[in-house]
Amino acid sequence: MAEPQTKPRELSYVAAIAEAVRTVMAEQPEAFVAGEDVAGAGGVYGYYGGILQEFGPERVFDTPISEEGIVGLGVGAAATGCRPIIDLMFMDFMGECMDEIANQLAKMRYMFGGRATLPVTILSMAGAGASLAAQHSQSLEAWICHLPGLKVVMASTPYDAKGLIISAARDDNPVIVVLNKMSLAMTGQVPEEPYAIPIGEANILRSGSNYTIIAFGRMVHEALAAAKQLEPLGVDAEVIDLRSLQPFDGKAVMKSVRKTHRALVVHEAVRFGGFGGEIAAQIQELAFDYLDAPVARVGAPFSPVPFSPALETHYVPNAERIVAEAKQQLGL
Amino acid sequence: MSTEITNEVLLDMHRRMVRIRIFEETAGKMMENGKIPGALHLYVGQEAIAAGVMVHLSNADYITSTHRGHGHLIAKGGEFNYMFAELYGKATGYCKGKGGSMHISNLELGMLGANGIVGGGPPIAMGAAFSCQFRKTKNVAVAFFGDGASNEGAFHEAANMAGLYKLPCVFVCENNGYGEYTPQANHQAIVDVADRAPGYGMPGVIVDGMDAVAVYEAAGEAIQRARDGGGPTLLECKTYRYYDHVGVRGMGLNYRTDEEVEQWKQKDPITNFEAHLAEQGVLSVDAAAAVHSEVRQEVDEGIAFAESSPSPKPAAVTEDVYA
Repeated sequence: MAEPQTKPRELSYVAAIAEAVRTVMAEQPEAFVAGEDVAGAGGVYGYYGGILQEFGPERVFDTPISEEGIVGLGVGAAATGCRPIIDLMFMDFMGECMDEIANQLAKMRYMFGGRATLPVTILSMAGAGASLAAQHSQSLEAWICHLPGLKVVMASTPYDAKGLIISAARDDNPVIVVLNKMSLAMTGQVPEEPYAIPIGEANILRSGSNYTIIAFGRMVHEALAAAKQLEPLGVDAEVIDLRSLQPFDGKAVMKSVRKTHRALVVHEAVRFGGFGGEIAAQIQELAFDYLDAPVARVGAPFSPVPFSPALETHYVPNAERIVAEAKQQLGL
Repeated sequence: MSTEITNEVLLDMHRRMVRIRIFEETAGKMMENGKIPGALHLYVGQEAIAAGVMVHLSNADYITSTHRGHGHLIAKGGEFNYMFAELYGKATGYCKGKGGSMHISNLELGMLGANGIVGGGPPIAMGAAFSCQFRKTKNVAVAFFGDGASNEGAFHEAANMAGLYKLPCVFVCENNGYGEYTPQANHQAIVDVADRAPGYGMPGVIVDGMDAVAVYEAAGEAIQRARDGGGPTLLECKTYRYYDHVGVRGMGLNYRTDEEVEQWKQKDPITNFEAHLAEQGVLSVDAAAAVHSEVRQEVDEGIAFAESSPSPKPAAVTEDVYA
């Protein structure tokens, strides 16, 4: 990957998404954006603002509230030469279109003996913390990581949002880009020119010698905060942002764990059956002899996302919970 | 019979129907004697629909099919060698043995797959039709589905979007009177699926699905309208499947009567068509028999090809998951 040449500017996560979409639309004439409220309204979070004016109604259009139809449109269009960018407003709405995602989009290439190519990019919003309650706040990445044929990436920063969306759209496979609604306002350094972040490679955000925290999505920032809090306790934590869950960069994780001997996985999704279980299992399979402690997992409790801020605060994992779990794991 | 139809088209439709019938009858036997693994949903009885629609389509036009999909692929130009090889699960099959009967496909022929999910096809056909419009081709997409699938939300969403965007999409409902084992009267309150068309802002047309010429004429009009930018049509073809939902048993079933089956067989799309063609001097009885015999030979060759083909190598399990 060529490193961006231009001087980065401070850009918000939401502006980075918008810039990525515009980049892809400009470089791929076969690309179009379809979804609920994406054209006239510019998207419920505004990151499609102006692209209707820039690229015209043939390439940017509103759909009915018909998630199964929208994803189906993407499947049929992709199989016949287009490169659809499908907006699935909230990840929770996957329930409405899971057949198209799981049985059609993910499997068509395989079922057809490799003779179909499905370059579909699905952008979707996950995450709790905005009092949007149980049906607009979930992190359901485990559902889709279980489906061979899909790639799944999660963007933790503005830089990653832009680079991962561009990579997803350039990929000839279906890629689901999971964005986080609580990160929309966060800002970060983002180069102006197009750049791609390789899908399948984790990002070491903080180097450490005796502890590994594996995170993705917004939890990356909680992991970094936790790492700081753990420092005075003699815990020198390495923080890995997976960036891509499917494919999973097991190599980067094992390399770190073999060095640090202790690992914790954190995600916003419900802990039971979450993607952290897969990571923990792979660590014990591939790095068992290096482990000095069981792999710890931090995730949401086994309940739907609650509405009340008083409850939601206790629901979403944070730095304090990561630190508490680490202390228990390490006997500190 | 319309005077607009050339003898060439009549003979073409006849051959497509005979190819479907003999392929299916043979495939059924091969499943029964254990040579073809899994489950087959046979198209026998419904041949006039695939033939009458597909003669209007080129390889650049798309179709989506159903779990009862062999007939659609055959009518779209599917070759028996690769079809039998696929049903046998061989590496030489259209899908390298990874799809089988329920996912048989050939993108080069514009056949976007049989589908194991009832209602799975219409959204994909709608997307392919969008692609034709987006890429400014004059091609169309045809979604085949059954009366059962017309109750799926997927059909509703696809039809609404096709109507909204005036897509070059034709929804061909093969109403064979049963959603799996449940008679139509027990799965929907309407008799004519075409009644739903106005709800999507498209014309609804009902046609005798046992009559290839009737299907040809109605499909021709719908497909031409789609090509001309006039938007989608819901074309309901009344038909019947001779065999069970799955497999080759036709008679003595607990959810339908043998009398009903016999009544429908009186309308057989091939027998009646051949009688008519003979009467019109288009195809003699002997010439029709010759077509059957040629197709039988094609079937025999297909089976020989499938049986002599290699199975996929174990390593192929994890190949073709990603591009």
